Amino acid sequence: MTQTSELVKKYFRVDKLPHIWCPGCGHGILMRATVKAIDNLGLDKDKVCIVSGIGCSSRAPGYMDFNTLHTTHGRALAFATGIKMANPELEVIVITGDGDSAAIGGNHLIHAARRNINITTIVFNNNIYGMTGGQYSPTTPTGDRGTTAPYGNIDKNFDLCNLTKAAGATYVGRATAYHANLLTKLVEKGIENKGFSFVEAVSVCPTYYGRKNKKGDSVEMMKFLKNNAINIKAAEKMSNEKLMGKFLIGEFHNSQEPEYTSQYQKIIDMFQKER
Amino acid sequence: MSSDTKIKLMQGNEACVEGAITAGMRFFAGYPITPSTEIAEISSQRLPRVGGKFIQMEDEIASMAAVIGASLTGLKSMTATSGPGFSLKQENLGYASMAEVPCVIVNVQRGGPSTGLPTSPSQGDVMQARWGTHGDHPIIALSPSSVKETYELTIEAFNYSEKYRVPVILLMDEVIAHMREKIEIPNINDLNIIDRKKPKAGLKNYNPYEVSDNELVPPMAAYGEGYRFHVTGLTHDETGFPSNDSNIASNLLSRLMNKIEKNIDAISLYEEYKLKDAEVALVAYGSTARSAKSAVDFCRNEGMKVGLFRPKTIWPFLEEQISELSKRVNKILVVEMNHGQYALEVERVASKNVNVEKMGKFNGELITPDEIYAKIKEV
Repeated sequence: MTQTSELVKKYFRVDKLPHIWCPGCGHGILMRATVKAIDNLGLDKDKVCIVSGIGCSSRAPGYMDFNTLHTTHGRALAFATGIKMANPELEVIVITGDGDSAAIGGNHLIHAARRNINITTIVFNNNIYGMTGGQYSPTTPTGDRGTTAPYGNIDKNFDLCNLTKAAGATYVGRATAYHANLLTKLVEKGIENKGFSFVEAVSVCPTYYGRKNKKGDSVEMMKFLKNNAINIKAAEKMSNEKLMGKFLIGEFHNSQEPEYTSQYQKIIDMFQKER
Repeated sequence: MSSDTKIKLMQGNEACVEGAITAGMRFFAGYPITPSTEIAEISSQRLPRVGGKFIQMEDEIASMAAVIGASLTGLKSMTATSGPGFSLKQENLGYASMAEVPCVIVNVQRGGPSTGLPTSPSQGDVMQARWGTHGDHPIIALSPSSVKETYELTIEAFNYSEKYRVPVILLMDEVIAHMREKIEIPNINDLNIIDRKKPKAGLKNYNPYEVSDNELVPPMAAYGEGYRFHVTGLTHDETGFPSNDSNIASNLLSRLMNKIEKNIDAISLYEEYKLKDAEVALVAYGSTARSAKSAVDFCRNEGMKVGLFRPKTIWPFLEEQISELSKRVNKILVVEMNHGQYALEVERVASKNVNVEKMGKFNGELITPDEIYAKIKEV
């Protein structure tokens, strides 16, 4: 097993650390779990491309020693689609946030899933807009507060795993900053899947979401994740009563469908045969 | 005509795709919008035949983003759109300027504002082409007046974008896009095709935004080639990583502007028609220039000394040429299918020397030679 210090040396741009995330933020754990998955798979660093949009999560690629791209808000998946089409040999991984992927970028998310293009998307979901200072996001639970929801958020929150599965993603899973080893496993399987993979990584934001909603410090928030996450397999045997107020983690969906860039390659090959 | 040229009857939008493929375009991402749609349709037909890729994205924003991603991965890339779609692309167009990603954006202009007049000609996006995205930034925009010139200027657009690492806008209008004309397709060996400069092989530490002395455009690696570089739309230093340092910010923006301003002669394309002894100069571009040319001939037949200055390079503005023109003629008449967008620039440069008149039309109909002729008589 690779030690964290070795992972840092091997995969991080050490001169760019420490990262900008607040004390207690879950994103560092999620970033490490992602890198661990890349290490476990033994991917060639030169063949990995990490793309992000804008927001707290989206600063991650800057720290990671791969081909990296920090794009415009919400558009990471559209940039990534161009990269994957241009060079399907690249392992394209998108790190995005709940606002980035589900609000401004929601359309790109469902269409990337629909195409089943071989991109692995990891949403660092902290349930809030962190970088702009705590406004409610599409995953802020109904009733919770944000700086733009001072009387409680009346929006219904998105279940991104159900959304992407319905849109056509062939691999879907959810883990949390507390369940980091599970997250690594899901990301690994997502990368291995030849198609669109979606992994929701539930984070903690004690600075904005936690403080605004009296969720306690980072430790308290991690305890919440520990006590309220139920593995999807275990949940099958549980009553609705016992599942009240809990959320599911684990592998939600794993299927095989034709992958977009290889389907396009078939069209190109058709003309090469003609010559 | 040499034996290896081909003669074809071709539509403007078709000539644009043929020019692009000749220039090396191997990726197109787009979203259908009239009157640019044929560019996407023909690209989807042609690209896989040359080993290239076409993708119809979910919207115009995504198309522009995919074009940038593909270009960073080494493919010459293009998107095409019209009016409202061009507005949507602007944020990522700014990203391409900031991150210095070569790409070509075709805007077949249509009447506006908003959804405006979808299938009617217009030249209403001159200022949007220059200032559509936020912040100071360099831009090149070219405007063809014929099907043949659409072919040529599309190649030039790719050449400029590769050479200067800038997004280049091909600013077409509906008349040119949908008109069919005879066109000679030259042999590719007779054409000058420019590819982006690559970093020196074996480089240990590649800085994607490092320029050597007297150079303004950094060499460009592609993702997957082994350099593992970072690209961002944030203000960045030569390593490509964000910086808030005011000197770095100022130097970066100056270099971005300079790479166009200091190469302005190489980017300035224009045509002069019967201007040598002219007392009145018409200034017109795109399809309007064709009517203006006929109007010049009408006037010359009646002994009036009228000539035409036809910019092919819309941006950067041909300041030197217009200034020089303003010293030789008694009057300048700017004719365009808008409320006077290009005329503003002409006035800025020429009005201290000469009286600048403008003639605009923005009702979705093109400007006829007769109308221009009548206006010349009036002024």
